[in-house]
Amino acid sequence: MIPVSWILFLSLSLFSIGIFGVLARRNLLFILISLELMLNAVVILFIAGSRYHSSSIANSDGQIMYLLVLTLAASEIAVGLSLVISMYRQHHHLDIDKLNKLRD
Amino acid sequence: MTNYSNLLSLIPLLPILSAVILLFSNPSRLWVSILAVGSITSVALISSFLNYVYWQQTDFILKASLGNWISIAELSISFGLYLDSLSLVMITIISGVGALIHLYSTGFMSQDKSFKRYFIYLNLFVSAMLFLVLADNLLLLYLGWEGVGLCSYLLIGFWYQDKNNNLAANKAFLMTRIGDTAMAIGLFLLFTHLGTLDIQEIQVKAHTVWSLSDNTIASICCLLLLGGAVGKSAQFPLQNWLPDAMAGPTPVSALIHAATMVTAGIYLIARNSQLFQLAPDVLYVIALIGTFTLLLGASAAMVQSDLKRILAYSTISQLGYMFLALGVGASASAVFHLMTHAFFKALLFLSAGALIYSLHHEHNIFKMGGLFKKLPVVTVSFAIGCSALASLPFTSGFFSKELILEQVVASGHITLWWAAVLGAFITAFYSARLFFIVFLGQAQLSPDTTPTKSMSLALIILCLFSLLGGVQPSGLISLMPPLHADNLTNLQHWLPIILPFIAISFAWWIFKKSQFGRTHTSLLQGIHQLLKSGWAFDHIYQTIFIQPFKYLCQLNQYDVIDLFYRFIEKVSCILNNTFSQFQNGQLRSYNASLVIFCILAFAWFISGELIK
Amino acid sequence: MLETIFIMTATITLISALLAITAHNVVHALLYLVVTMLAISLIFFILGSSFAAALQIIVYAGAIMVLFIFVTMMLHQGEKSLAQERHLFHFSTSITAFVLCSILFCELAFILFLAPSETLNDISIAQLAPAITVKQIGQQLYGPYSLLVVISALMLLSALITAIHISKNAASIEIKTEESNL
Repeated sequence: MIPVSWILFLSLSLFSIGIFGVLARRNLLFILISLELMLNAVVILFIAGSRYHSSSIANSDGQIMYLLVLTLAASEIAVGLSLVISMYRQHHHLDIDKLNKLRD
Repeated sequence: MTNYSNLLSLIPLLPILSAVILLFSNPSRLWVSILAVGSITSVALISSFLNYVYWQQTDFILKASLGNWISIAELSISFGLYLDSLSLVMITIISGVGALIHLYSTGFMSQDKSFKRYFIYLNLFVSAMLFLVLADNLLLLYLGWEGVGLCSYLLIGFWYQDKNNNLAANKAFLMTRIGDTAMAIGLFLLFTHLGTLDIQEIQVKAHTVWSLSDNTIASICCLLLLGGAVGKSAQFPLQNWLPDAMAGPTPVSALIHAATMVTAGIYLIARNSQLFQLAPDVLYVIALIGTFTLLLGASAAMVQSDLKRILAYSTISQLGYMFLALGVGASASAVFHLMTHAFFKALLFLSAGALIYSLHHEHNIFKMGGLFKKLPVVTVSFAIGCSALASLPFTSGFFSKELILEQVVASGHITLWWAAVLGAFITAFYSARLFFIVFLGQAQLSPDTTPTKSMSLALIILCLFSLLGGVQPSGLISLMPPLHADNLTNLQHWLPIILPFIAISFAWWIFKKSQFGRTHTSLLQGIHQLLKSGWAFDHIYQTIFIQPFKYLCQLNQYDVIDLFYRFIEKVSCILNNTFSQFQNGQLRSYNASLVIFCILAFAWFISGELIK
Repeated sequence: MLETIFIMTATITLISALLAITAHNVVHALLYLVVTMLAISLIFFILGSSFAAALQIIVYAGAIMVLFIFVTMMLHQGEKSLAQERHLFHFSTSITAFVLCSILFCELAFILFLAPSETLNDISIAQLAPAITVKQIGQQLYGPYSLLVVISALMLLSALITAIHISKNAASIEIKTEESNL
């Protein structure tokens, strides 16, 4: 008997941890890791929603949305990691605080 | 008569045509002279022809239209020309004197680099002046009025490299602008009340709309028109631009600031004399202004040392005589004096120009002297000019000035008569002083060039006019009937005739004792300084108007109204600075702002829920 | 019983997530992340989505982590990277971030407890219908959600092209800069 609030609490804790990572880390690789955590927090909600909404008939919408998020995450990581590589090649570091040319 | 209409429309068009041709082409100096002088000379010939045609007729009117200008609702203004005996006299003076001065200028300006520019301005001026005197409505008159003002400005500042010339030009332009503004308001007022700007209609309608007993608005209109006239004709209180206007080339001073443009004010009042008859108070004001100005100008001319300034002050003084004549209701004699004054003052200025030309732009009369033998033509013409100015018998100035004095007596203003006679005495005195100092006595500077032939020719013709020009045009008398003066006493009759001789003898006496140009006591010195500065009106205006204005400007340096806009600007600057802090290119701070926004949004949501 | 398992799993998830984002060594962080993913897949299992749990292990803990580790292997320089990372991140410089995310967490938790309790607590798995089978998902995917499949495919394709393009471009830029340096 797992109440919904537990799952929600887990999800938002995970999300907050992800946000902390995004805000606190300066290494691009860690920011990507934090983004993965945040995505997972959302995914948990989808799965839980899919479970709790199929009270009488089976409802697979949440899981299908999970699939979409999964592909999204895969694409995002592919692009993000290629950016990491390109950044490392050009600057020989991954510190995003030094990438502030957009200011001017 | 259509032939004559075409001739009439040619009169103002020829000079402007020549100005336009000169503006868009680049002919040699000879062709510039031929074109510029030729156009004015043709105008002079046309006006002589018209004079010949209308010699016997007194009540003739010739009209011509050059097209429509403005046509809105009931307001319809055309480029209409209107010729009667008054404007005929004016165009004769303008074109005649203008042609002579153009001729003279070809010699005087022959060394100048901006030869073409000079003649463009001069032609444009003559055209504007002809439009002014030929206009059949006040708006076209105003166009010419502003046109001559513009040309005057351009010509005073002709040698624009010198800062002082520009300052003089600005002064002349601004001071006349004061009067012009008053005049423009007067035009608006006239149009609102009479519904027309046609000069002849105004004269007729004014008498039906207003009467002598109910003349407040008429007086206001007349006062406003008078404001324009005072500004243009350099009368008190707007008189002090004229002496500074002598910064321009001397022929310009002769044409614009002595013979023609400054008489526009006299023309305006004479043209609207029927309107002014409705406002006797204003006429009295005109007479007072004229009297005051003639004394002011004459006394200031008495002590000047700059040749051209003497003539400038004498112009102011003579214009004062014309205003006096207008004020006592003798418009015909005012216009008559205008005519003779145009001749002899142009002659004086041109002779002065010839002197200056021969003496390397030397203006100080005390550095001249004994030029009698070296420059005979100039001496003779100057002598004739001075005697006409002093109104020695049988010169042109004599007839017109005597007529004015006679009319003043006839109008019954005996005090003004005495003032005018005093003015005549001073006039004769300073004319004699000027002549003696410049031409007699010890030779100091020696001229190295003599006037060119064109200059001498112009001088000789003007000499003839000044001597023999004392014939009052018959048309004027019928147009503006003079007052009947049959009760002159012997004193009133003979004093003005004898007085110039006394004044000249007095001047001769002082000159023989070589007392000119030196003062002994501090009191005399003070008076001398006061008179020399033209009764210190520049200083008075400086303290009354300019200093407070400057002070106010200083106070309002950071424009009060601008404060509002500056406040907006400052706020947006501050906002810009504040917000551009956020745009620092740091990805993490962008993220942080996103999170902060989320926090605030949730906080807002929560607070809303809690209130429920 | 189920609750105990859930609480343990959730605790593991949170702790390993925290460790993942605070680690200085990227390899350690990735290993913690793998643990997190495995724990999340267990939670999916508890929630009755066995298909999702399997996918979570295969795709996240498998494929994506392998990508990460490959990149890390390309870039990692041992002790030097560690020193660099210690310089870039330690807890004293991330207090602001901590405060911000704590506030957000508190607010979200507050909203959670603000909701009417019966809607959240009364629903539990026991009352629910049997779990969804893979067959049902497949039918849904190739039935009403076929558009989603196409979109996913397009997205993956574009991500593929982008990734190739960016890494290739970077290589050429690097060559150019080296040439100019020479």
